[in-house]
Amino acid sequence: MDRPIFRMQAVTKVYDTGGTKVHALAGVDLDLFGGELAVLLGPSGSGKSTLLNILGGLDHATSGHVWFRDLDLSVLKESALTRYRRDHVGFVFQFYNLVPSLSARENVQLVTDVARHPMPPDEALALVGLDHRLDHFPAELSGGEQQRVAIARAIAKRPEVLLCDEPTGALDSKTGVQVLEAIRDINERFGTTTIVITHNAAIRKMAHRVVRFHDGRITGVEVNQTRLAPRDISW
Amino acid sequence: MQALDKKLFRDFRRLWAQVLAIALVLGCGVAIFLTSFGMYRALEDTRAAYYERNRFADVFAEMRRAPAMLVGEIAAIPGVAAVEKRVTGTVVLDIPGRVETAMGRVISIPDTGLPLLNRPVLRAGRLPDPSSNTQVAVNEPFAKAHGFRPGDGFAAMINGQKRQLTITGTMLSPEFIYTIGPGQLMPDNKGYGILWMPERAAAAAFDMTGAFNSVSLKTARATNEAEVIDRLDNLLESYGGFGAHGRDIQLSNSFIDAEIASLRATAAVLPPVFFGISAFLVNMVLGRIVALERAQIGLMKAVGYTNREVATHYLMLAGLVGLAGVVIGWAAGSWLSHALAVLYADFFDFPYLVYRVSPDVYAISAAIAFAAAGLGALRAALSATRLSPAVAMAPAAPPQFSRGGIDRLLGALRLSQPAMMVLRGILRWPLRSGLTVVGLALAVAVMMAATFTDDSMDEIIDGFFYQSNRQDALLLFSEDRPASVLEEVRRLPGVLAVEGHLYLAAELRHGHLSKRTPVEARRPDSDLSRAVDTAGKGVVPPPGGLVLSRRLAAALKVEPGDLLEVEFLGSRRQTHLLPVSGLAVQYLGLGAYMDYDTANRLFGQAPQVSTASILVDFAQQDALHARLKDLPGLTGTIMLTDARRSFRDTLAENVLIMMAVYATIAVLITVGVAYNGARVQLSERARELASLRILGFSKAEVSAILIGETMLLALLAQPLGWMLGWGIALAITAGFSSDLYAVPLVLRASCFATASLVVLGASLGAVLIVRRRVDGLDLVAVMKTRE
Repeated sequence: MDRPIFRMQAVTKVYDTGGTKVHALAGVDLDLFGGELAVLLGPSGSGKSTLLNILGGLDHATSGHVWFRDLDLSVLKESALTRYRRDHVGFVFQFYNLVPSLSARENVQLVTDVARHPMPPDEALALVGLDHRLDHFPAELSGGEQQRVAIARAIAKRPEVLLCDEPTGALDSKTGVQVLEAIRDINERFGTTTIVITHNAAIRKMAHRVVRFHDGRITGVEVNQTRLAPRDISW
Repeated sequence: MQALDKKLFRDFRRLWAQVLAIALVLGCGVAIFLTSFGMYRALEDTRAAYYERNRFADVFAEMRRAPAMLVGEIAAIPGVAAVEKRVTGTVVLDIPGRVETAMGRVISIPDTGLPLLNRPVLRAGRLPDPSSNTQVAVNEPFAKAHGFRPGDGFAAMINGQKRQLTITGTMLSPEFIYTIGPGQLMPDNKGYGILWMPERAAAAAFDMTGAFNSVSLKTARATNEAEVIDRLDNLLESYGGFGAHGRDIQLSNSFIDAEIASLRATAAVLPPVFFGISAFLVNMVLGRIVALERAQIGLMKAVGYTNREVATHYLMLAGLVGLAGVVIGWAAGSWLSHALAVLYADFFDFPYLVYRVSPDVYAISAAIAFAAAGLGALRAALSATRLSPAVAMAPAAPPQFSRGGIDRLLGALRLSQPAMMVLRGILRWPLRSGLTVVGLALAVAVMMAATFTDDSMDEIIDGFFYQSNRQDALLLFSEDRPASVLEEVRRLPGVLAVEGHLYLAAELRHGHLSKRTPVEARRPDSDLSRAVDTAGKGVVPPPGGLVLSRRLAAALKVEPGDLLEVEFLGSRRQTHLLPVSGLAVQYLGLGAYMDYDTANRLFGQAPQVSTASILVDFAQQDALHARLKDLPGLTGTIMLTDARRSFRDTLAENVLIMMAVYATIAVLITVGVAYNGARVQLSERARELASLRILGFSKAEVSAILIGETMLLALLAQPLGWMLGWGIALAITAGFSSDLYAVPLVLRASCFATASLVVLGASLGAVLIVRRRVDGLDLVAVMKTRE
């Protein structure tokens, strides 16, 4: 866990919304390590989603550098970023973002169709405990189940990093815990570097490290000496 | 199957109603293209092949009588590759079981067998024996109309004698693909037949032994045809030439030319309208889908799908719409072209089947359809590629509304909030609203294009039959007869009134412009047959002056007061400068008229007539016909009462079919545009409308917003549609106008009203189908759904 998988140097992100400039990130330096489960904690608008977007290759930094291993993401062109996302990154979103016209299995297949060494969709769904819901469509699944399909979809390509944006944001506490269990399970079983962003402070307890955000800056990084299992967390 | 493909097919299935609405419009385009372009090519190719194979002549000429040895001189004209002389004439036929007389056109065939030029195809039986003077071969449609087989017979008045003729065979000729007799308005295979008679018999019958009165020429490639015609005219001048001409005014050929031109015009004008509307609809629907699937697009990109893959996905959806359109269009087009082929089989006589649309036309139509759908999808697909994944997964910003001058105006009108929503919705997407208006306006225009022809035909019928030609029958004489023949006619049973007319073959010239048309000389008191002006009043040619139809005057660029050079052809070879003294309205034929006494004086002849118009007491009709069959010197009788009926019936049937087809097309366009517009609007406004419902608006009030926008656009489309319709009608009348006939532009209020009612009705129907979805709005779900 000592080799950084992501390195960030003086990363800024400025949004220009019709004359007013918004500094979503105001100079961030951070290393993230292989296999770690990091929680990025902060109120909404603190810049954590922006950081996740930049790490996931969905967006470019305005200035500074971001390296994935030796790959400088900040200079990659659109097509190279697509390649990077396709090969290395798994995403989990707050609102699941499942394709309503595809069943659970087919939503996972959407990713395995374009990945290099994917696992079978059924296997990915079994990993999140949904092997009995393979042919259900999103509308037939509960919120927790939908989010677990999203996790299965994210991990089916065997990504090196798993980026989760408020994965429990749309879920109640009990269902949220099931989703967190699934995320931790993946992290431990495959050693996938996992970054969870949340404004829910309770979730920090499951992390190896907690990075606190405020107004586009890192206000502190703490290492959890004792991690809690998600089932022992509540909010 | 890839997951993305599964999504594609499920989206396609989910959107079936919208896809169908677009595919029907696209299918219309494909079908009309297939039919018009396909039949245009089929007709042109088949005609070309038939002409080639059967050596259809390039130049034709008729004269009163030329010696046989003149053929050598004609053949010596530079550029002439082949010459064939023949004897032709018109005879009255007495057909067993038929009350009225029929007309027969006799054409001689050489002793050696089939002619070298205008070579007929023997369809049944054999050629007549060269030495027989009672055997003939007849054209197949005439035989079929009467149920004749080789061996059957009928009587003909030949040279003042009634002769019994026997049919030896039936034939078809490239000269008579469209067979129309003198004075007829449309083909009448029962009343007019072609009789091929051995040369010796024909020459004896028409007093042409050692002579001929008709000649056909084949020119060599790269020959200046006009020069050949000039030289031929010079040669024939002293033999009573009626003026040589090319294929362009050969009657059968020019009718097919007119049909080919109309098919080509249809292929060029209508399909682009449909393809354009389809592209617009695909653009509108796919644009909305991309907006709705923003988050899914973001996701696809986030998980590593490339821009090309995403764009291809949406283009494929358009491709499926295209496919549906092509399938519908091919099916409808095959059916339509078959129907047209059946119609053509009634009017055109080819010896072999032409009516097959070639596979490459199918391929072209499909390629255009896919291109239209793809073009329509391009903007949406590109916008999908431009969405950055991070932005795509965030909710879209609400559309920008801002207060402008129009808003202040609307505010001043103190409109209700729902009315404001309707108006702002239209103004917010001006391009889409504008294109919707254009689409619906085109539907109005198409509808008008169909209905106006009915009014125009009424005008033609009224003008031709009730204003200009009020006689019951027209008797045609084989040669001009002394006017005293009218007394004989008056004594025929059942004849109530008689008027005589003299027809003079002529070429009218003004500057470099010229037209060949007979000049009709009539008495000033002529009442059964007369020329009328725009107000329906009779126009009488004064002594020494000419009355021309407006179309002829326009073609020659002359106005009343101008002098016209008139070269009389045939045996009355004289050229005179005559003033144009009046204009008449006439839609069928070109029409030139002069004073009867002036004409006779010009040629220094005792009064003569070529035709007699009669009013008939129908109680004595049978007795009249019986006498006409035996009347020497008569070549034919045209019963205008029959012509009136058959013209009206044929037109009524064709207009009805055309109206039905065009009305269907107009409804399909309207539904395609209105339904998709309303669906897209509902999709965009779902949250808004659900919010209104939650706030306490009734279903009717909420529906009014949805219906209001569509219907307001439909209303706005009307004036534009009327203008477009007027333009299309004008283009159609211009396209139809030829020396043979013209279609007047008659636009009555009922034509505008019918078009508007059909389109407004169809729009309302389409939006009401969508309105039902308002009832089904799941208020809670809509409010929860993230846009």
